[in-house]
Amino acid sequence: MPVRMPVRRTAAAALAVLALTATAACGKSGSPTAGAPSTGYTVRTDVKLDGSATFAAAKARGKLVIGAKADQPGLGFEDITANTRNGFDIEIARMVAADLGFPESQIEWRTIDSANRETALAGGQIDYYVGTYSINDKRKTQVSFAGPYYLAGQDLLVRKDNTDITGPESTKGRRVCTVTGSTSVDAIRTYGAEVTTFGSYSQCVDKLITKDVDAVTTDDAILKGYAAQNPGELRVVGKPFTTEKYGVGLNKDDKVLRAAVDDALKAHEDSGDWKAAYDRTLGTAGSAAPQPPALERY
Amino acid sequence: MGILFEDGNFGLFRDGFLRTVELSAASAVLALLLGVLLAAFRVSPVPVLRTFATVWIEIFRNTPLTLLFFAVTFGLPRVDVHLSAFVCAVLALGCYTASFVCEVLRSGINTVPLGQAEAARSLGMTFGQTLVQVVLPQAGRAVLGPMSSVFIALPRNSAIAGAFNVAELYSVQQTLSERGYAIFAVFFWIALAYLCVSATVALGFRRLEHRPAVAR
Amino acid sequence: MTARASVLYDVPGPRARARYRAFGVLGALGIAALLWYAVAQLAEHGQFSAQMWAPFEYTAVQQRILDGVRDTLTAFGLAAVLSLVLGVLLAAGRLSDHRPVRWAASGVVEFFRAMPLLIMIFALYQAVFSARPLWALVLGLGLYNGAVQAEIIRGGVNAVPRGQSEAGYALGLRKSQLMATVLVPQAVRAMLPAMIGQLVVTLKDTSLGFVITYTELLYVGKLIAGNTSTPQGYPYIPVVLVIAPIYIALCLALTALARWIESRGRRGTNRRTPAPA
Repeated sequence: MPVRMPVRRTAAAALAVLALTATAACGKSGSPTAGAPSTGYTVRTDVKLDGSATFAAAKARGKLVIGAKADQPGLGFEDITANTRNGFDIEIARMVAADLGFPESQIEWRTIDSANRETALAGGQIDYYVGTYSINDKRKTQVSFAGPYYLAGQDLLVRKDNTDITGPESTKGRRVCTVTGSTSVDAIRTYGAEVTTFGSYSQCVDKLITKDVDAVTTDDAILKGYAAQNPGELRVVGKPFTTEKYGVGLNKDDKVLRAAVDDALKAHEDSGDWKAAYDRTLGTAGSAAPQPPALERY
Repeated sequence: MGILFEDGNFGLFRDGFLRTVELSAASAVLALLLGVLLAAFRVSPVPVLRTFATVWIEIFRNTPLTLLFFAVTFGLPRVDVHLSAFVCAVLALGCYTASFVCEVLRSGINTVPLGQAEAARSLGMTFGQTLVQVVLPQAGRAVLGPMSSVFIALPRNSAIAGAFNVAELYSVQQTLSERGYAIFAVFFWIALAYLCVSATVALGFRRLEHRPAVAR
Repeated sequence: MTARASVLYDVPGPRARARYRAFGVLGALGIAALLWYAVAQLAEHGQFSAQMWAPFEYTAVQQRILDGVRDTLTAFGLAAVLSLVLGVLLAAGRLSDHRPVRWAASGVVEFFRAMPLLIMIFALYQAVFSARPLWALVLGLGLYNGAVQAEIIRGGVNAVPRGQSEAGYALGLRKSQLMATVLVPQAVRAMLPAMIGQLVVTLKDTSLGFVITYTELLYVGKLIAGNTSTPQGYPYIPVVLVIAPIYIALCLALTALARWIESRGRRGTNRRTPAPA
């Protein structure tokens, strides 16, 4: 082997150089899609929340840390080419931040996946969380919720040319994809569908496009985002068969902040910001903005 | 620890266990066949085949298995090759493991005394005959040790398939922990199942090793 | 190469050379045809379209990839150190004269060698480190690879000739002294290739961090693929074609480093022991 060693070493070096030049070479900045930018919300200046530990900590550090999803188009999406975030959940998070006195420049986004939301909120890693977070009693034992700010329901995403699947009942024996461990798995299994699971929704959507599955199921809000991303190819069936109330996740003990977030949601729903945000994000899939749900203060 | 016997969890667990065994067995067969073929290429007198085998091995040994799973699961459908998740997993695992099998075989071939191959050649055997009838059977004995490590690693690596839509033990673990069972209770049973699988493989290899050696 | 290969076949004569050449040409044609078919298929299905590769043009994405490489190397570095330390400790345990220690070490080694890393990492993440995926990854990698390194080191110590330890005892060394000054250094030198091979495995296995949202290279790749929508679908193939060479380069660089250290080590011994008897 000693004869071939230099060759291999050279090859390794060459590969390393190639890889580096490929990544470090001159590049573009900005975004190819450049979706409609956030209009910005009026930032309040005289905010005082006595008794809110989270708020006091955020003020002290001069930054609000918000947890969000990064891989859900239309809801919580990270544009990796421009390092910006967009989507309906992101807009909601921005509205609330503005009412708490934090402009966009003072927001620090953290991507937190579904499994870690409770830990992140309880441990104070994030100040609040906005990302398809369904309000339920089990979660209320660990965190608290402001809102709901949106009503979603489990629905089906199919290819545009598919007319057989009209609702959950017609998925019997069909290949339906969803994400590992989500509650959608059990719900669709009761209808007799053959369930396929992957780690993320974009992987399911990819399988839908390549015709390896017949439908993707999860909350309609998430599906609408994917339909908007692939307008010529995919559509949402539009027969939700569960109800999910999306709330803003907060630390369980911070009742003052919860009330403040509820107030902020209410104010922006009344001012029309809510509808404008919907039209700019989820609404681009073609569906008209619904009425915002009534808040459930507790 | 009783979670296994609640709510039909046992059926889920049993199916996962069988899937793991099935997946490991199928991949092992593919890895062995492909590994022998690659090893033959690697020591063959034809330079092109040697180069091909070397490049193949360097690629597959130095790429994370997870990335191979990605390539097979999401890459193949893009070029209109549609395979079931199980077949995809067998392909990824088999090709990955084959490169290790090949390396083990090659080092085993080196341990066979020179005289054996020389004697075979002096009898007029061709390269193929020398390799298959004389050298590989003897190399087989020498490589049992390292080969057992490769095949003990295989069921362990098969867990990655759980993240790619194969309902084996890892995905059972995820499902159970998502259903809200205590993580340690779930972990206990899954760990036990894997220990059983790897102990079986290890025992099998030990029995092979203890078969009376042929005199050289 | 030639010395080993020629054991299996004679120096080719004119006819054999012609035959090999024919095989060579056929083989090369076959491989070229396969490659061409693969590339043509990819091109036909739009995998080389500009949109598919567009994300890699952006500085933000390039920076992400570099950050991914950095995070991969961080996890690898920590896990490598942990696994080597653990490997030495466990190997010492397995070679101990005290039966309970031996049993305990054997139990630990056998358990972690049999456990799928993915399951370990996932369990550690869920149970202990949900806020710190790096530590779940490092600990999982360290435990598993430590167990494997322990077996390699133990094999190396057992392979050191008996006379070495007898000579050591004759000089009045205690067992720990014997280990530290005589057996382990020789074992490590003999086992260096195997240990480095395991380090390459450690490096590759950092990619399992993607299941627990640790932002290593593969996670970054997944994010790029999933967050870029093109008319031809998500760019999984371009991402694999970019990420895989980086991993291969890192692993080959590590192997090359190992060879270099090994050759230096050999030179060192040669200076001290001029010629084997």
